[in-house]
Amino acid sequence: MDWHRIRSDFPILTQEVNGHPLVYLDSAATSQKPRAVIQALTHYYEHDNSNVHRALHELSARATEAFEAARQKVARFIGAATQHEIIFTRGTTEGINLVANTWGQQNLKAGDVIFVTGMEHHSNLVPWQLLAQRTGATLKYIPVLDDGTLDPEAVETLLNEQVKLFAFVHISNSLGTINPVKELCAKAKAVGAVTLVDGAQSAGHLPIEVQDIGCDFFVFSGHKMCGPTGIGALYGRMALLEAMPPWHGGGEMILSVTMEGSTYKAPPHRFEAGTPDIAGVIGLGVAIDYLESIGLENIHRHDHNLANYAVQCMSEVPGIRILGPQNGQRGSLVAFHLDAAHPHDLVEFANTHGVAMRGGHHCTQPLMKRFKVPGTTRASFYFYNSIDEINRLVEVLHAANQFFS
Amino acid sequence: MPLSDELRDLYQQVILDHSRNPRNHGEIPPPCLHAHGDNPSCGDEIDVWLRVDEKGAIEDLKFTGQGCAISQASASMMTQKIKGKTKEQAAAMREDFRRIVMGDGAPQDEDALGELVLLEGVQKFPQRVKCAMLAWRALEQALDGGK
Repeated sequence: MDWHRIRSDFPILTQEVNGHPLVYLDSAATSQKPRAVIQALTHYYEHDNSNVHRALHELSARATEAFEAARQKVARFIGAATQHEIIFTRGTTEGINLVANTWGQQNLKAGDVIFVTGMEHHSNLVPWQLLAQRTGATLKYIPVLDDGTLDPEAVETLLNEQVKLFAFVHISNSLGTINPVKELCAKAKAVGAVTLVDGAQSAGHLPIEVQDIGCDFFVFSGHKMCGPTGIGALYGRMALLEAMPPWHGGGEMILSVTMEGSTYKAPPHRFEAGTPDIAGVIGLGVAIDYLESIGLENIHRHDHNLANYAVQCMSEVPGIRILGPQNGQRGSLVAFHLDAAHPHDLVEFANTHGVAMRGGHHCTQPLMKRFKVPGTTRASFYFYNSIDEINRLVEVLHAANQFFS
Repeated sequence: MPLSDELRDLYQQVILDHSRNPRNHGEIPPPCLHAHGDNPSCGDEIDVWLRVDEKGAIEDLKFTGQGCAISQASASMMTQKIKGKTKEQAAAMREDFRRIVMGDGAPQDEDALGELVLLEGVQKFPQRVKCAMLAWRALEQALDGGK
């Protein structure tokens, strides 16, 4: 693969920041966008902008066609059985809230258990806390071991018939842990629990096959995989989606409306009230085309090499503590703590050298408590990053050590 | 690796020294006034503990907390300068300090701030103003009766 040429697809990466070439190591927060996606948004607004599923005119027909074609791309991209199982959302967070407020509200009652892990992003935690408060269900956690993996014994002992829902992250945004999703879904299924996989950090980083994973729901965001912000998707198994009540009411989700009541469309449109982010959906479709033109396996391999190289080099920095799996099996991010500098001071220092990272609790406060750190600094990579950039990062860490101690 | 002037101004030796060896660090046993301040977006925390004597002067002042060098150094330097001052003097110093870190006009009494003026480097880093102000917010709350 010509990764150098691929990098040139990203106009934003050619700039200098604070007098240094930008080294963007914050893709776990949001990825950069290739020219193809940016141009697709412009093209849509310049040529095809119109509302979908409504008017009979030419522009509406084009917009609707492009919109529904993107749904097919998403379905294929994650291996759904049909495009009717794909609901467009604003992102991972909204997808999880949709499931909590529809399936969860309908199926959970006092005494039931919602099962999550100790490494969830707040977005896969707070909606379930709210649901537990509303329904009287209990929230239980699988503990995280020192090496950043889930405690397999706790899975065995805690996963029982009381568990109605098991929601867990595919790749941890704070540790880089890649959870054994297929195995966890099989265990949940054996006790009759419904599963939701948070794919925010995995979609676009490795091939996803939801039917092979065996999950009931899968959620992800477009903006972390080269798509626009504000768009994402929820996959739900059709048998579940069909039985779920609507969440938001409004136009586009109804069959008929009278003063007395309404009837609702079949999935996915039942869950897509109002005018959607049409340009975002089309942009997401183009992002998928772009990622597939490189190949998800290739992206995964490149990610994997970058992360392992980074762990290897960063381990030699004095006073560093790297969180997460040390066995070479991690997603494309490295979260760490440097004794000499608080994460915010380190991020500030790196920024003056053109290196963009994130420091803080990464929306996983319980996990920070678990590892007894106030926060970490996170360097996260994508296929447009290079070994040279990781070398720059390591130089910056050495310089920070000198500066702060 | 060359370092920018802005960075050197932000993290002067005095500031790094205060963050590494904070002065007046610890809690004051009750009875005292206490307030907790935090920046939820970054996780920095400062607890301020103080006693006011019968004449209205702050006779003792301590802090605990965790966070970046700026928030901890600001707290440490603040405790040194605020001790012995009245509530009104503390409020005036807080306003002067705010002006310094935000670059928002000249302070009324720069001399009273002493080495706190070294934190003026924060001006170039607007996102860090909330770090520098954290201890001062907690101080204000504590003086207002705490919570």
